[in-house]
Amino acid sequence: MRRVVPIGPYHPLQEEPEFFKLIVEGEKVVDLEINIGYNHRGHEFISPTLTWDQVPFLVERICGICSDSHPYAYVLAVEDCAHITAPPRAQYIRTIVAELERIHSHYLWLGLAGHFIGYNTVWMWVWRYREPLLDLFELIMGNRNHYAINKIGGARRDILQEDHPKIEKYLDLLEEKNKMFTSAILDDPVILARLENVGILSNEEAIAYGVLGPTARGSGYAIDVRKDDPFDAYDKVDWNMIAFPEGDVLAKAKVRLIECFESIKIVRQCLKDMPDGPIESRVDEIPPGEGIGRHEAPRGEVFHYVRSDGSNKPIRHKVRAPSYMNIASNVVAVKGYSIADAALVLAAVDPCYCCTDRTMVYENGKRKYSGQDLLRLSHEKTEKIRRRYRK
Amino acid sequence: MGNAKLWGLKKSPWVFHVAAASCNNCDIEILDLITPRWDVERFGIVLVGSPRHADALLVTGVLNRKNLPRVLRVYEQTPKPCLVIGIGSCTCHTHMFESSYNVVGPYDKYLPVDVYIPGCPPKPEAMILGIVKALKRL
Repeated sequence: MRRVVPIGPYHPLQEEPEFFKLIVEGEKVVDLEINIGYNHRGHEFISPTLTWDQVPFLVERICGICSDSHPYAYVLAVEDCAHITAPPRAQYIRTIVAELERIHSHYLWLGLAGHFIGYNTVWMWVWRYREPLLDLFELIMGNRNHYAINKIGGARRDILQEDHPKIEKYLDLLEEKNKMFTSAILDDPVILARLENVGILSNEEAIAYGVLGPTARGSGYAIDVRKDDPFDAYDKVDWNMIAFPEGDVLAKAKVRLIECFESIKIVRQCLKDMPDGPIESRVDEIPPGEGIGRHEAPRGEVFHYVRSDGSNKPIRHKVRAPSYMNIASNVVAVKGYSIADAALVLAAVDPCYCCTDRTMVYENGKRKYSGQDLLRLSHEKTEKIRRRYRK
Repeated sequence: MGNAKLWGLKKSPWVFHVAAASCNNCDIEILDLITPRWDVERFGIVLVGSPRHADALLVTGVLNRKNLPRVLRVYEQTPKPCLVIGIGSCTCHTHMFESSYNVVGPYDKYLPVDVYIPGCPPKPEAMILGIVKALKRL
């Protein structure tokens, strides 16, 4: 007999509000319904009311964990629109911060994954070594989170020569501890029993659902913007893309753990090769046109689109975050496993609902706009903008 | 009975974390509070899984149309007297989301908030200070 287990929107499992309806037969999950939208704040609406230089601070607050990825993709989009490139030193600084953020995000997931399987030792342990990284952020950028390092045409703050030894020292500590975590987690029979062959997302399903980032790479689908479409310093340093074909939660954990080693490698090389020079180039105005920016966030590819009419504000700003595709793949990944495993499988994609949430308009209990209506509205608006351009 | 409850609340407040529409950062910093560096559990502050067990609510993020009824429901479920501690600039006012169509306005229109902790996100030290101030008010 089918029964429904509702989870959320406020539940102890995940920090953010979201609603899952697990449809179960006995202990087995047979279907899943996902309801999101509790976190919608309307960034794409607020963005055109702010000036070009104010928007990075807004998009930073889309998500606190990838608070470097969104402004990074946004400044790349605006630089694409204005045909400018950041000075080499700024490119290296941005790359260093992006990679440090990846380590912080992967550690965060690792700790929470330990928490979800009821193994709080892993959580406390991993977060203990995440803490010095936040100190490092505070040292370089002045805040533990929300770094505000990205600026159109460069970086906002320099990484001083005197800070290099501190960063190197932390990287040494981190490399040692990451080795410890990797061996400890991959040798622990309890963790292996909970992670291995659980929540399998096959390669075909991964491609069909369009998943990105470690979720895709854990299913043997090697896709990474840093390799496929390199930007800033990523093609000037030597690193490997990590992918595992198994598709279970263990593969995703392995991808994240080993990616931390690659991030350490990238940061070390960037610190060594960082050229001298200015950290920002002068930007006078953003000419009319459009631009796109892609950045590999810890969760997958972040895509930003901006359109300019030559004024001091963007007239359209579109954000596409990776979690939107990753969360949808939960529907196949969770099927056939027990309710106890569902907690872990739902968290295995490293879901980020604040990046994801979209909205829908209901009027008198009925949905006001269907997908077709929204498409029509979007076409009309594009046509309107186009007509204004042609004049 | 009321005094006994207040005494218990002062000694070991059990908190429930309510993320309205937040960017996750305050939430992560709240979790940071119970990890080894800050470890507020030594003061008896425990994060609990249900509002019915809680003495205090930690609210983060702005309120929007979809989560407002849910947040109010969580508040109603919390046994009174309870503390409401607003964490982050979003709870102090609506931060940079004021002009959004989906944001319904500041907290004090809907909930009695005892302490506001500004910052984006506030540092864990600031959060501990805020909780101590809230307890002193009792």
